[in-house]
Amino acid sequence: MAALTRDARTQPFVHRQPSGENRLELSVPEAHCAACMRAIETSLARLDGVTAARVNLSTRKVSVAWRGAAQTPDTIVAALDRAGFAATPFDPVADSEAADEDGRFLIRCLGLAAFAAGNVMLFSVAVWAGLGGEMGLGTRTVFHVLSGLISVPVTLYAGLPFYRSAWRALRAGRANMDVPISLAVLLALALSIYQTAIGADYAYFDASVTLLFFLLIGRVLDNRLRARTRGAAQSLLALQSATARIETSPGEVALVAARDIAPGDRLIVMPGERIPVDAVVEQGASTLDLAMVSGESLPIHVNPGDHLGGGALNLGERLVIRAAATIDGSLVAQLVRIIEAGEQNRSRYVRLADKAARLYVPVVHTLAFAVFIGWWMLAENGFAPAVHNAIATLIITCPCALGLAVPATQVVAVGRLLRANVLVKSGDALERLAEAKVAVLDKTGTLTLGRPDLIPGNEAADIADAARLARASRHPLAAALVRAAGEGALAATAQELPGLGIEAEIDGETWRLGRASWVGAVSGEDALELWFARGRATPIRFAFHDAPRPDVDAFIAGLRARGFAVHLLSGDRHAVAARLAADLGIADFRADILPDGKVAYLKTLAATGAKTLMVGDGLNDAPALAAAHVSIAPASAADAAQAAADFILCGPALAPVLDAIDVSRAARRRVLEGFGFSAVYNVFAIPFAAAGLVTPLISAIAMSGSSLVVVLNALRLLKRTPR
Amino acid sequence: MNALIILIPAALVLGGCALAAFLWSMKSDQYDDLEGAAWRILAEDDQPKADPAPAER
Repeated sequence: MAALTRDARTQPFVHRQPSGENRLELSVPEAHCAACMRAIETSLARLDGVTAARVNLSTRKVSVAWRGAAQTPDTIVAALDRAGFAATPFDPVADSEAADEDGRFLIRCLGLAAFAAGNVMLFSVAVWAGLGGEMGLGTRTVFHVLSGLISVPVTLYAGLPFYRSAWRALRAGRANMDVPISLAVLLALALSIYQTAIGADYAYFDASVTLLFFLLIGRVLDNRLRARTRGAAQSLLALQSATARIETSPGEVALVAARDIAPGDRLIVMPGERIPVDAVVEQGASTLDLAMVSGESLPIHVNPGDHLGGGALNLGERLVIRAAATIDGSLVAQLVRIIEAGEQNRSRYVRLADKAARLYVPVVHTLAFAVFIGWWMLAENGFAPAVHNAIATLIITCPCALGLAVPATQVVAVGRLLRANVLVKSGDALERLAEAKVAVLDKTGTLTLGRPDLIPGNEAADIADAARLARASRHPLAAALVRAAGEGALAATAQELPGLGIEAEIDGETWRLGRASWVGAVSGEDALELWFARGRATPIRFAFHDAPRPDVDAFIAGLRARGFAVHLLSGDRHAVAARLAADLGIADFRADILPDGKVAYLKTLAATGAKTLMVGDGLNDAPALAAAHVSIAPASAADAAQAAADFILCGPALAPVLDAIDVSRAARRRVLEGFGFSAVYNVFAIPFAAAGLVTPLISAIAMSGSSLVVVLNALRLLKRTPR
Repeated sequence: MNALIILIPAALVLGGCALAAFLWSMKSDQYDDLEGAAWRILAEDDQPKADPAPAER
């Protein structure tokens, strides 16, 4: 590549380190084994100037560092391409690094709390065992002091995640779960220091560190889940912020980030690539697939001078286009804005745990306060026992089990869905899916395969002959014909005439495969069809349809069995949509519907109080996916649709949607059981605490026991349920 | 009870060592790629760049 003039633009995604090294992060979705890792690393390390190349198999990312100007993102992508891996450079988002730092801090806290909990328990058990009188008073005080020396710094440091969150909530005038947690931990610590100072029997140092230990496990699980789901979302965004080939000067091409395209730039779009922004064709003629943009199943033909919407897929020839808008002004970006509006709407969703906290916090604090007042008023010399018992109430009701119930369940559920080929993009998506009762399905690409297939009925010989011509084309109908024909030869003289069809000289005759008028036939209906004529013989018609996915009947039946009302939305023509709806027995369907029409339809449903599950794959579905209560997209979906959806199916089958519904509902049950268990536990524990009967031993057993029960209950989700 | 004078510090020091080892392993990025690390021990050379001329195999 020649010297690049516009450095900032042609070196997108490259981070220059203070040491003079250049760093680039690439997303490589196909890296999944040791051999891939090795192939990628060696092929990159062999490049000139590369100082380090490391694959992260967990995140499917490659980090490359090099010195000097020998490499650019283009050459690195090209090297990976030669090694057989499609790679997309991306910008590591700044806040994801901050989130990473948060995760490390949590694990550090967890490590400290684990150390403290283990060692303090060592002393506590000794003290409890020696309470009968075998342990001298001096030894006990030494043990309390030692416990204090360990727990005070650890509690103050490892509790920071809770104190900070509680403080933020209190300043905003709210109370979250971290408020009772922080209070219980800090009061337990203060009470223990006081008890140690006066040489009393009981100190609760073990309670404060064990509480933190259990709660931090929940917090770390939650953080891991978020990191994992964020990673999934991020690699989708990486694909979305795609690159484009820009002609910097005649004959020189450079790779730039799509967001850096300016109106007037000359772009080159190779077959198989997407049109990045709205543009006008300058050179070349080709066929474009709009299925992802509008849901239209037939490709369109474009010539120089035609206007193109961003997002269309180039099926035919190399095109040179002139950008007419920036990416922000393009159709795709407008859809993205509708998506974002929908997502903001969704972020108002209140998680189960927060709902529980709203109930829990006032009840517990009122109770503790009542205990304090009660003892102070009623008992003789009541101030000290009043403080003691109020704090004991707070310790024993500390929402340990509650804090573990949700993250433990979600981690197990997400892991199980991953094995069922479903990627979950956020933890609360599981909660939302469990509530959904109305399924709104897209047609093209979701219920159907999203590609035309030959309707059986033609002679095998005709198909084989036509396929000899069809092999010269990338048109989806030609491709369908070739799939139907199987292996075979390509006619040597076959030539594609854009917009018309394919022509070849065979045995002195002109064979034509293409549109009816060109072949010399009269088409009766508006359908997916190709006509084939050998010389002057009567043209033969090949009809195609967008075949439903093989398991679609079982899928619809499964949805109904789970209590879903099923609706069908399609951007396709009325006749096509009506036929499929009739086949599947769906009464509620809309055809010829635009992206904002889909959103409006969902809003009407939502206005009646229905919680909607949207399943769709096209760019035109993306706004609807974001607007629905919860959404699922297949892996074949447009990038924007995948980014907007809550779940992504990683295989061709629809059945995993049913798995996702089952697992989310089971997860919701587990969480509610966890809450229920906590409530029952508190009903029994609070009277003891209020009566002043809770010793440190009892609180330790109660806390560990309840947490264990909740975690084991969450693990029950792992058990396979027959579907 | 004199045993305690040795046993308690011993317990704390051992626990402290484990904690220090954990914090060190986290600081040196050993939990960043759990999946890749499992495979990496099987690779012949985990430092491709140190290999002067890795011929095509």
